[in-house]
Amino acid sequence: MKRSVILFSAVLALVLVAAGCGGSSKKSSTTSTTASGGTKGGVFIGLANAAPPGSPDPQVNYTAQEWQLLIMTHDGLVGFKRASGTEGTKIVPDLAESIPKPTNGGKTWTFKLRSGIKFSNGQTLTGNDVKATFVRLFKIGDSPNAGTWYNVIQGGDGCVKTPASCTLDKGITVNGNTVTFHLARQDPEFLDQLAMPFVLILPASTPDKNVNIPPAGTGPYKWVQYAPTKQIKLVRNPFFKEWSKDAQPAGNPDVILQKFGLSVEAEVTAVENNQADWMFDPPPADRLNEMGTKYANRVHINPLTATYYFAFNVNEPPFNNLKARQGVNFATDRNALVKITGGPKLAVPTCQVLPPNFPGYQQYCPYTKNPSAKWTAPDLTKAKQLIAASGTKGASVKVNTDTTDTDKALGLYFVGLLRSLGYKATLQALSSDIQYSYIQNSKNHVQFAFSDWYQDYPAASDFLNILLGCGSIHPNSNSSPNIAQFCDKGIQAKMTQAASTGITDPAAANKQWAQVDKEVTDQAPWVSMYNPKYVDFLSTRVKGYQFSPQWFFLIAQSSVK
Amino acid sequence: MAEFAFEPESDQVHLAPGETPREIQGKSPWQLAGRRLVRNRIAMASLGLFLLIVVLCLLAPVYAHHIAHTDPFASNISGTTVVNGKRVDIIQQGGGGLGLGETPIGPTWQTNYFVGADNSGRDVMARTLYGGRNSLEIGVSSAVLCCLIALVLGVIAGFFRRTTDAILSRTMDLIWAFPVYLLAISLATVLLTKENGLQWGPIHISSSSLWVTTTIIAIVYVPYVYRPVRGEVLSVREKEYVEASVSQGASNWRLMFAEILPNIITTVIVLLPLMIATTVLTESALSFLGIGVQPPQASWGTIIDDGQALLYTRPAVAIVPGIFIVATVLSLNVLGDGVRDALDPRAKVRVRE
Repeated sequence: MKRSVILFSAVLALVLVAAGCGGSSKKSSTTSTTASGGTKGGVFIGLANAAPPGSPDPQVNYTAQEWQLLIMTHDGLVGFKRASGTEGTKIVPDLAESIPKPTNGGKTWTFKLRSGIKFSNGQTLTGNDVKATFVRLFKIGDSPNAGTWYNVIQGGDGCVKTPASCTLDKGITVNGNTVTFHLARQDPEFLDQLAMPFVLILPASTPDKNVNIPPAGTGPYKWVQYAPTKQIKLVRNPFFKEWSKDAQPAGNPDVILQKFGLSVEAEVTAVENNQADWMFDPPPADRLNEMGTKYANRVHINPLTATYYFAFNVNEPPFNNLKARQGVNFATDRNALVKITGGPKLAVPTCQVLPPNFPGYQQYCPYTKNPSAKWTAPDLTKAKQLIAASGTKGASVKVNTDTTDTDKALGLYFVGLLRSLGYKATLQALSSDIQYSYIQNSKNHVQFAFSDWYQDYPAASDFLNILLGCGSIHPNSNSSPNIAQFCDKGIQAKMTQAASTGITDPAAANKQWAQVDKEVTDQAPWVSMYNPKYVDFLSTRVKGYQFSPQWFFLIAQSSVK
Repeated sequence: MAEFAFEPESDQVHLAPGETPREIQGKSPWQLAGRRLVRNRIAMASLGLFLLIVVLCLLAPVYAHHIAHTDPFASNISGTTVVNGKRVDIIQQGGGGLGLGETPIGPTWQTNYFVGADNSGRDVMARTLYGGRNSLEIGVSSAVLCCLIALVLGVIAGFFRRTTDAILSRTMDLIWAFPVYLLAISLATVLLTKENGLQWGPIHISSSSLWVTTTIIAIVYVPYVYRPVRGEVLSVREKEYVEASVSQGASNWRLMFAEILPNIITTVIVLLPLMIATTVLTESALSFLGIGVQPPQASWGTIIDDGQALLYTRPAVAIVPGIFIVATVLSLNVLGDGVRDALDPRAKVRVRE
């Protein structure tokens, strides 16, 4: 259950900053070359407009900005392979020696820990640290997904209800370096969830309350400074020895800084002038042309597994009418929407829920002129026919969006479109701080709202079930990610079936998810607009750029000397 | 009985620079003020500039539909226009090998897209003129509303004094204690997100109505006009002609609105142009912050906000409405000074004939 706004802003906000503030950064280490060709040493300077929002506690923070750093300082039992392309979506053993086959009908998972791994405080990793990490996840009380992902562990539901008395004695058993998880039910995504930063293993001595700086981890770096108004600083973990190049390769820079406070415009200028190595925030629209023209060789564009959409509220007129929803879908000029977001190099039109290169994705677009799998152009004739047949013409529609430039422009586009289709459309632009909560709450009777979603991990259910499943509707709550309030019992049954199939046969499950994606798209609970791409802008010092579809720019694998 | 004795207030005559006593003989204070204002060339030039802006903004529909041939409120992302005989995209793909970014068309210096387009492909000149209508409408309306409220409350507080004055004045102090923008932002945040707008008895204002912004701005500035009005009333109510009316049995209503009000109204008239300038600025600021005029309607503030993201490539989007704001505020301030010079005798050299 990931809130896309936070994740996106986090992704955008991550900037590894600056070289030891001033001149001190350059003094460190000697230069050497890694086996992969990266050069060790130096200070990587990133920039971000602000620190990651929320608590810096690894079990609480839900932002890609902090996750991008945490993966360099901490490890889970398993992790996503540190690689570009689809390789980066594979789960590999990390602190565990191998990925076990579940037993007991998929309800028991036994992991054997690698030996000799030490935390950055010098303590040796044991099975007790693993169990303590999961207990702490519940005990701190505000870990976002404790009650939705990890409560599958036996005793998890009880821990959610009474965190203080959580022990997970039945759910996790430890025998030396062997840790066994006993699940209350099968969960085809349990491994994915073990690879997420919420369960990066912490020392058992970590207090059961939010920390002000991430505690010791087992990765190649450790946190030495977390100053939310100034900078984050990571330095090498002296106890780290590479045990798996796939899961946790040794890093190249000696120091990784993420500095805060510059405007995004100033960040671009700083990177252009090599005063910083990278900017976490997306470059502002009016600098893209300059970057693409003058600094093309320093720009990297990568597709994201994300979907931007406007959700119809299928329980509120006029979009409780299927023909009205389909009509708007046919009328939408997705090329125009792509232009608003920065052009065809930065986004790809889509009609469906799942993004490309994602489990269960099969290209499908019923809402285009000359129907084919791919969107080509709007079909205004058909749109007008459908809307006339729906009898909803003349209805008032409030188009809800947030106040960021791009999102507001998207909202304005739909105001114009809906007016041209005969609706009385107005714009309701709310601050980004409240818009996502506002549109989730059924009490606000939102009719048509902008949103977006970035994957938590590569599984079709992370989009379809979370955003359009019946179980994701929570009336009168600000945490109701099914913004469309779409609940089709037939489709829901197919989702449940696909999830069940995924336990034993992921390939067959993905075919089922593809069918679900098509059926949901036909019901038009959204106007799916486009799948975005991510722009990384680097200084000339940065070499060895790699982009992971899960963690984005792999900072530690780049070199700055 | 000094209290009831009537004496002429003063035999002093206040002359403007260059004015001779003969020129003002037999003229009423209003005639004198009008005469002095007309003779103030700088003030009249400012008035001319302000009227020119008003007329231009009033002609916005004519400009949009008959000159620019554009709908300034509809997105035109995929649209094209003709520049120097060539058809070009209004939103143009970025240059370079990467083809990154989309840039709206810049100033064409022709009738269509005279100063270019914004990110949604809308004609900035047409929007600036439409935006001026809203900015001026809100600015003038809120200033007038503010002055009216302050006038009524100031007269009541100054006339009745004691408890009434204490309650009203402390309420005004409370409003004054809030920073103007903080108070306006707080009110706007609450009022603009109300699902069904505002309902006061039979009066309904939708949350997107310009009256929401107008009312908010009017309220936050009431104390700034209330204070001098109340002070004037406290002074005037002690004048002999008021006491004379009291002795003749005049009602409180008559005393307030027939005796006192006409003698303090100049204070408000002097303040009015300055208040309009202030409220135009406030409206622009609130709209810039997204809590004033709501899109797709335009105001100078929203257009500057739109232009903020284009400062590097299309600075005209922000600069043009900025120029209109500067010209409007400057003209109103200078005009306000002229009005004050014309009406406020204490600002002049006193000459005894």
